Amino acid sequence: MRSVLAALVSGLLFGLGLTVSQMINPAKVTGFLDLFGDWDPSLVLVMATAIPVTALGYAVARRRRSPICSSDFNLPTRTQIDWPLTAGAVLFGVGWGLVGYCPGPAVAALGFGNPATVLFVGSMLVGMGTYSGLNSLFSRQPRHAL
Amino acid sequence: MEHFTPVSAAIGGTLIGLSAALLWLTNGRIAGISGIVGSLWSPRTGDVAWRIAFIIGLVASPVLYATAGGTIPKITIPASSVIVITAGLLVGFGTRLGGGCTSGHGVCGLARLSPRSLTATALFMTTGVATSFVLRHLIGA
Repeated sequence: MRSVLAALVSGLLFGLGLTVSQMINPAKVTGFLDLFGDWDPSLVLVMATAIPVTALGYAVARRRRSPICSSDFNLPTRTQIDWPLTAGAVLFGVGWGLVGYCPGPAVAALGFGNPATVLFVGSMLVGMGTYSGLNSLFSRQPRHAL
Repeated sequence: MEHFTPVSAAIGGTLIGLSAALLWLTNGRIAGISGIVGSLWSPRTGDVAWRIAFIIGLVASPVLYATAGGTIPKITIPASSVIVITAGLLVGFGTRLGGGCTSGHGVCGLARLSPRSLTATALFMTTGVATSFVLRHLIGA
């Protein structure tokens, strides 16, 4: 129960961060991706502040054997730079560039009921489901990545 | 750079970092949104409730912020429905195949200096910029 509550708080913080930084607005992201237009570097600063704070949390966690409300740290195990990683990142980047939505901001913006947001998230879920379907068809060991 | 908002970006980024640190310290989970959402397609016992709770928090937070009087940026998506659907499919499939998105690879992966995440982030940034260039400067959409 504590772990579920902690996840809720984490989700609230994540959504607040996306809102305050205005990343829930795809125009802020397309403004960043448009290097050759009126460039908006805000996203760089969001990442440049989020990364060291996250790293600090990871550093603190290294002193612990297990998380506070759970039994194991679920560290991604794969280290190889393989074709699914590169092909997936390329496809994701194209989709990201088209509208300016990545999964976090799109889901966070759902509550405002913009029809295009709902359409995007619905399509994204179909894309994710397609992956899961193909993955269970072609492999016995499901990939549980990040 | 007239749209640059450094202060709100830094505050927001710090909050995202706190969220990722909290989820790791409490649940031992990477705060990667595509993984948190996408894994619900192949649910495992005891691995669902925290995901749903995180998503509820993520969706509720911006609405609560607005209700409390916070300024919400107006969300404008000028793209056509066909483009929005295509983008959604690519983002959904691509992030699952590549094992992460801007949060999982871009924030959490870079925070632990993962070579896989560095590669993925460099690639999706590059194709994102290239797609944006083609769309906005070549086609003029």
